[in-house]
Amino acid sequence: MRADGMFIAVEVDDQAAADTALARKLTEACPVDIYAQRDDGALQIVEQNLDECVLCRLCLDASPDGAVKVIKLYDDGAVL
Amino acid sequence: MRLFEYEAREVVKRAGIPVTDYGFTTDPAEAAQIAQRIGGPTVIKSQVLSGGRMKAGGVKFADTPEQAEAYAKDILALEIGGHTPRGVLVDPKAEVEQEYYAGVVWDGTRKQPVMIFSPVGGIDIEQVAEEQPEKVGRRHFSNILPLSDFQAKEVIASTGVTGSALNRLVPIVTRLAKLFVDNDMVLAEINPLGRLADGSFVALDAHMDMENEARGRHRKLLADLGVGEEETRQAREATPFELAGEEVDATDHRGVAGNVTEFDGNLGLVIGAGGGSLTLFDAVRAHGGDPANYCEIGGNPSVAKACGLAKLVLGKPGVDKIAVMMSIVSNTRVDIVARGVIKACVELGYDPAEKIAIFRIPGAWEEEGFKILEKYGVDYADRSVSLNEAARRAVEKIQGAPA
Repeated sequence: MRADGMFIAVEVDDQAAADTALARKLTEACPVDIYAQRDDGALQIVEQNLDECVLCRLCLDASPDGAVKVIKLYDDGAVL
Repeated sequence: MRLFEYEAREVVKRAGIPVTDYGFTTDPAEAAQIAQRIGGPTVIKSQVLSGGRMKAGGVKFADTPEQAEAYAKDILALEIGGHTPRGVLVDPKAEVEQEYYAGVVWDGTRKQPVMIFSPVGGIDIEQVAEEQPEKVGRRHFSNILPLSDFQAKEVIASTGVTGSALNRLVPIVTRLAKLFVDNDMVLAEINPLGRLADGSFVALDAHMDMENEARGRHRKLLADLGVGEEETRQAREATPFELAGEEVDATDHRGVAGNVTEFDGNLGLVIGAGGGSLTLFDAVRAHGGDPANYCEIGGNPSVAKACGLAKLVLGKPGVDKIAVMMSIVSNTRVDIVARGVIKACVELGYDPAEKIAIFRIPGAWEEEGFKILEKYGVDYADRSVSLNEAARRAVEKIQGAPA
């Protein structure tokens, strides 16, 4: 799954997005509420909060390598 | 936040300083009842946050309750300096032998309160200081330790007051100092402080101004006084633009993006940092610019909050461009503010490169911020460019001259 803001995009691989434990972890880790859980526990990206991303890397630290990508749209798509 | 006289008197009374047996009302008939209770001549005083009450006819002396009622009716209908009275204060006409002045003001330079005392009261203390400087005593005192009796005595005695009057004035002055500190006042003034025939003292009028930021610490007192949370007590009512600025700031706890003051120029300002707003505002004016507003932004607001503020300023009729500037290198993230103001432009259908005259925020994450600004073609300046130069460039740009 991928969601784009004006400045920031977030991409989460489908397997990780379906992992309810990881979804909970991401929801707790993000200081600006970019991640939430759907009713079934799967991950949801809150699009309206994407541009609030402070590039803190907490979501990257909380997830397996490569499962989550934070993309800087203003920097030629550079990945955090 | 200024208090009305009747509120200030209540604060004085609670501090243990003697006051007259006054009453406050918004009803002329009740004014008559208060005058009846007092018995004898009374003074009917308009309760407005404006000077010049006496000259404007907002203070009248009544000999009977009927007269008090008639005067109260007149005064309640009398606008003074554009202000409608909150009510009237009905006060006994005290037989005063001498009027004194006692006040505490916040000295912003020393960052301490200063006690001021004079045996010449009833007129502006500035006038006394000019005409009879030897009759004005002053002393700074601690924000933490109470003003001692000895210190109070020194201030009073320095003006030539001696004997019984000196001894009776000491507790009044120390209580006034305590009141000032306890209630986060920036001004607490009793003028006049009257000495009656029996040698006792009584506060005849009081002026109080509470630090606006301290309102939250004094909710109970303000509730007791009947001060509504919506009351700004500013020199003029807030405009819809200014109220909208408060709403933007209240949307999110992160950082500051508000405190907007409206002017009628064409250059919108999104400015702040360490007192930088005033400096930047002045710099724009010094270069012949015509600000559309004053505002404050800093302390890491969210993108949405910075966007909300920029949208508000951009949406103000007459605004051609905005200047986004901060004075010093601060912890406010450049990239976050850049995102906010660019987003505001785009969402309103403007080209950020056209609408943002200059972006100069020296601070955290500036390299990231500069990438964003470059992407949208916004003219920006780094910390090597002074705020004065940035202001000049913004003004030149809006005036159509080459930057």
